[in-house]
Amino acid sequence: MAALCEGYTLCGLVPAQNRLCSGLRGIEEERDSDHVIVTESTRCATLYKVSDQKPLSSWTVKQGQSLTSSAVFNTKTSEYVAVSDNKVIRIWKEEDILLDKAFKATVSADVWMVHCPRGGEPVVLFQRGDVRLLDSLLAAPHQPVQEVLAQEESIRWSTSIVTEMQQMVIFTTELKGDHFLCLQRLNPNSLQRYHLEREEPGLSPLSFSTSYRDKHICLLYLYPNGHVYESLISVRGSGAGEGSEALSLPRSLILSLPVGDDLLEAAAAVVLDDAHVAVVGVPHPCAGPGKDFLCIWNTNFQTLQAGKEMAGKLYGQLWSYSNKLFIPHGKTLSVIPFACPKSCLASALGKLKQARAEDSRPPALVPSWNNILHGEKHQPPKTAEIRKTVSWITDEDMCLLQTASAEEVKKEVEGLLTRQDVQDLQLSLGQLAVTLVSRSLAEPAFYTPSTLQQLVHTQCLCHSICPDLVALALEKKDYFLCQLCLQFFPDIPEVITCACLKAFISLPDADAERLSLEPDGVSFMQILISREHDQVGLQNGFTSTSCEDEDAGSGQQRRRKDEENARNPPEPVCPVGVHKAALINEVLQAAYSDTFLLPHLKDLSSQHVILFLQYLQFLYQQYSLEAFPQKHSFRSPSQNQVSWIGFACCWMLKAYCRTFTDLLIESSSCVQVKLFLQLGKIESSLQQINEMKVKEDVGAYSIEVIELF
Amino acid sequence: MGEFKVHRIRFFNHMPSAIRVMAFNSHTERLVVARADGAVEIFNFADNYYQEKVIPGRDGKAVEALCWVGRRLFSAGLDGEITEYDLENLRPRNSMEAYGGPIWTISSNSQGTLLAAGCEDGTVKMFEVLEDRIQFQRNLSRQKGRIISLSWHPTGSQIAAGMLDMIKIFDAETGHATHRLLVERGLQRTSNSQEVVVWSVAFLSDHTIISGDSAGKVQIWDGITGTLVRTHLLTKWDVLVLAVSPDESSVIAGTSEGTVVQFQFISSTVDQQDKQWVRTRTFKSHSHDVRALVHTDTAVVSGGVDTQLVVRPLLDKVEKNTQESAMRKIIFPHRNLVSCAKKAGLLLFQFSDHLELWRLGESDGNGKPGDRLPVKRNPEKLIQLKRKGEDNICCSALSPCGGWLAYATVSSVRLYRLQLDNNISINKVSKLPKELNSVHQLSFSSDSSKLFASSILSSVIVASVKELECKYLHTFKPPSDSRQPVHLLSPSEDGNWLATANTGGEIHVFDVHKLKLHCSVPVCGSCPTAVSIHPFSCSLVSVHADQQIFEFSLKQKEFTAWSRKLQKQGMHPLWLQRDAPITRVTFNPNNPTHILLHDTSMFCIVDQILPLPEEKTRFYNQSVLQSLSLGERLRNSHAFKVYRNFQNLLCVDLMEDHSLVVVERPLLDIVSQLPAPVQQKKFAT
Repeated sequence: MAALCEGYTLCGLVPAQNRLCSGLRGIEEERDSDHVIVTESTRCATLYKVSDQKPLSSWTVKQGQSLTSSAVFNTKTSEYVAVSDNKVIRIWKEEDILLDKAFKATVSADVWMVHCPRGGEPVVLFQRGDVRLLDSLLAAPHQPVQEVLAQEESIRWSTSIVTEMQQMVIFTTELKGDHFLCLQRLNPNSLQRYHLEREEPGLSPLSFSTSYRDKHICLLYLYPNGHVYESLISVRGSGAGEGSEALSLPRSLILSLPVGDDLLEAAAAVVLDDAHVAVVGVPHPCAGPGKDFLCIWNTNFQTLQAGKEMAGKLYGQLWSYSNKLFIPHGKTLSVIPFACPKSCLASALGKLKQARAEDSRPPALVPSWNNILHGEKHQPPKTAEIRKTVSWITDEDMCLLQTASAEEVKKEVEGLLTRQDVQDLQLSLGQLAVTLVSRSLAEPAFYTPSTLQQLVHTQCLCHSICPDLVALALEKKDYFLCQLCLQFFPDIPEVITCACLKAFISLPDADAERLSLEPDGVSFMQILISREHDQVGLQNGFTSTSCEDEDAGSGQQRRRKDEENARNPPEPVCPVGVHKAALINEVLQAAYSDTFLLPHLKDLSSQHVILFLQYLQFLYQQYSLEAFPQKHSFRSPSQNQVSWIGFACCWMLKAYCRTFTDLLIESSSCVQVKLFLQLGKIESSLQQINEMKVKEDVGAYSIEVIELF
Repeated sequence: MGEFKVHRIRFFNHMPSAIRVMAFNSHTERLVVARADGAVEIFNFADNYYQEKVIPGRDGKAVEALCWVGRRLFSAGLDGEITEYDLENLRPRNSMEAYGGPIWTISSNSQGTLLAAGCEDGTVKMFEVLEDRIQFQRNLSRQKGRIISLSWHPTGSQIAAGMLDMIKIFDAETGHATHRLLVERGLQRTSNSQEVVVWSVAFLSDHTIISGDSAGKVQIWDGITGTLVRTHLLTKWDVLVLAVSPDESSVIAGTSEGTVVQFQFISSTVDQQDKQWVRTRTFKSHSHDVRALVHTDTAVVSGGVDTQLVVRPLLDKVEKNTQESAMRKIIFPHRNLVSCAKKAGLLLFQFSDHLELWRLGESDGNGKPGDRLPVKRNPEKLIQLKRKGEDNICCSALSPCGGWLAYATVSSVRLYRLQLDNNISINKVSKLPKELNSVHQLSFSSDSSKLFASSILSSVIVASVKELECKYLHTFKPPSDSRQPVHLLSPSEDGNWLATANTGGEIHVFDVHKLKLHCSVPVCGSCPTAVSIHPFSCSLVSVHADQQIFEFSLKQKEFTAWSRKLQKQGMHPLWLQRDAPITRVTFNPNNPTHILLHDTSMFCIVDQILPLPEEKTRFYNQSVLQSLSLGERLRNSHAFKVYRNFQNLLCVDLMEDHSLVVVERPLLDIVSQLPAPVQQKKFAT
């Protein structure tokens, strides 16, 4: 879960008279992550040490002049570069006190911005679109500059990034309501123009933000209607398109922020990492219509991860450098540290899920083909599209699902599944499953295991779409369906995972053997156990079906196994049956997060925990044998998974009884090593245990009965 | 079989007193600790840190300084007296007024011939140590301001004195001050006008002087030139105490923050020439001021306001992962402060200045193991008895029938007759035999007809008590010429025997009817910490500071077969690793083979029938046994049934109705009564 930490003030601001503009021209990172140089829109640039909240030095241009481009720091030469009065490039060092005595050069055309990305060289972007390296420009300051842009075209925003191969300048322009993205590569120089798809008429992007990953530039832009689009541009793109007509830039809607009644005015969205976006000036979905919020959204799961109300007016300005957000608001510039840990779906959906309406499932991430197919034709609104796909299941179908017998429903669903023309499978299948599950829950007699299994097998469902499915399967003791869900759902909450574990462990072995389960998991366990019982069978060349797939390495493995057998180690006995073990393995491999799982593991009874531990111990011993075919099945739990959950249990047990720890410690040396690795992680849960212990305080006097054995 | 109803008691508000000062005698390996209430305790470091002697303090007698001179122990305090202790009879031997106002420090020269005392009036007074007393010799030249700390140069030719704002070096021969070392005032304190107190000085053989002061500095001085060599700023608060290792290669400093900082004399580079004092380690063993420090060859011993005595071995001096390398905290006294009247269901709690008599509560019916029974009647405080006089209580006893109560101070013994039936009454027995004057242990016989009191010269006095009358009967004299005090008295349940143990390690058994010595148990190297005579088999069980258990048959006058088996096989390593001594041995009349033992962290039933645990056996196996079936349980159980769910135990005793009385003193309750520690800034608060 991403989080915004407690912020602090870096400096005060002098907002413009009309209070529409913060008075800040820009913030650039200086020598390291703790230093920034803040340029005011008037005459002053100041260097701050962020952690000390303290200015280190400040430079001012003369009265009557003004800085028109934010000062940047050239790490290679330790010099600052800024532009005053559009045409005068100024370069100075930290020890220079007076800016007027430092170097300056007047160029022939108006400069839009100087950029100096980390690891790159300073580049100058002229207002008419030409780009020059600062060094070459200063060699002949009065050299003529090209008119790259059209007559009425003007730059709206620009940045510069350094990729593995070259440095490039990215800027967006506006021409009569159309927006273009220009990608200027340097050394060799080439310019690529892209045309941004039009949003609703009259709307132009409020803010842009770029990030670079996997050889693609990712451009993120926010429209006043709250839509955040993402476009990917390959850095390797051909230079052939230079000068020719602008290509259309495909985009995908990654967030549709709630905007309330009116459009956004001063807002900005900044990419934090590949899953998180920081947004300012957009209303918080849980709070009223006020727009004074800084929020972090998870784009993968469309969830609000953290929000903070900022005092004073927001100006739609936001910068992010090395886990700190810089946000001007009111009359201050605040620094807000943030953290964006990798999140699993369950935790991402956790806290603020209710903030979103049910119907706003992520729209399908389909690139728009409209332009290709229909030229410049205006794209129909997204919502209409969704409504269309949902209507794939007709009302008659729904009626049938609600009333017909199980047999008929099965046929109907099969029929639906065979249809090829489905566009948004996920949503419609989800709807189908929800209907079936809710009917099954309402009518105890109605249950369609095979249909549900089929639906799960499509791999289009997840727990979030159909939250009651696993609970239903558990209630109906349909462990095969449970197994499938655990396999295919990436987002089962830990409480349900634990409920499954509990159900599986308490299942009598005899009943378990009668179940028909997913064969891959079962065969994995059969091999594991047959190695234990029947070594000869393996030596005689018996291999199970899944072993046959592994042509490479299996001979070697067998040879090693023979050696292993020759040494004849003591074989542990699997404490549970094959089927039961297969089921438990599914739990072990389910996605869980330690903090959420721990509280629920406590609910297991001690017998169950012991059995579970014994099974984990068995797995360990099997895994620690070198000959074990580690990779032979997809449905075999990884050693880490076994180890982790083992420790969770182990520590939960500590609450009850210390000796179980000894039990585990004695089991293998591997465990011991891991034990210490895991200690830190589990510290917090230990504290919880301590708190629990304190609660059972006995007071000043009690009469108890104890027994010694 | 092993099911007990337990009265779990946490209302004994025993509060240990803060440690004020310590001194270590490296020849006898005895550590002496003085507490804020004036009590002086002696720990035997050679015998598992056993607290073998306690001399109770008295009101208005705050010990400020302690000093060993050979085997003799001197103390001085703000009452202006220098006191020598009688370590055999556990009382002050003589006191001498120094006539210099409150005494802040005393220190003896390494030859043990002179004792220097630093006084409030600015004098350092020299006393000659004579055979039986000390005699004032002369004053060193008088200074302005009090003398807070003193340290002799090992040759005895010079003496350094810590004062306010300065350190003076005196020539011991002439008595003149030769150097004046000015100590800078606080670097960090807001008021610069505040005087800096040199709390501690150390004078090393190479004429280096090390000082610790109230400005939080440890300073290294050159004592020959009188110049400051180096300053280490340790804390914003005070550096209260310094201690030097015997080889002078290491110095430790205790601060108000509860930390102990070590400095070592080492060369910064490989070549051995330029050694300097380098700050090396910081130990944080205390929550409050560290007031007392001792640096032994292998360990740092520290104590302070949080009342705990902490022995922290230096890991470069001891073998790692041995018992020697384990840190020890001694929190509770190694003797019993609780007496139980087994028949009457009464408890007597001993505090330093009063006694409390409680009646146990009652519950309805029975319950399953693990249950907490409803309390029908709450425990009731019957009597709170304030001690008479200024001396603190050193021992107390309650008769098994609940009819008699006795306590002793250093100077007197008091005996009371109790009536607890309908209206509670307490009557002092007015005339006590004159033999009962100096007593350090008391006990009643099981039929409550006799009072036993250990007295001077390792003797035990027997007196009969009956109807508000106390008559002297006999004095048991030790057969040997040992003069060590008797610290354990254990009358047998059948009334025939009295077992005594003294701190010399001797255990004698006397026949109470014939009033003569019955036998002596062979002395083993370690001091007994608890002894008791079995009610049926007439064998004596003794537990020693080294955690060994012996059983000696009084009939055959030899160790029993079980005891020999135990010695042959050896105790389980985990049993030997426990760091608290067993302080009570009792027996279960229902199960004659059971011996009940307890220390502060566990109680244990030793079943003599069951096989002894071997080295590889799981020793703490109660929870494993619990999960096994009955048959399995029998096969897996061993003789030591250790129950560890009760912690910080001050008493575990078996009452006549076979219920256990467990008195716990949770550490949190002690901590909550301590004064607030110094304010420490945490993060950005």
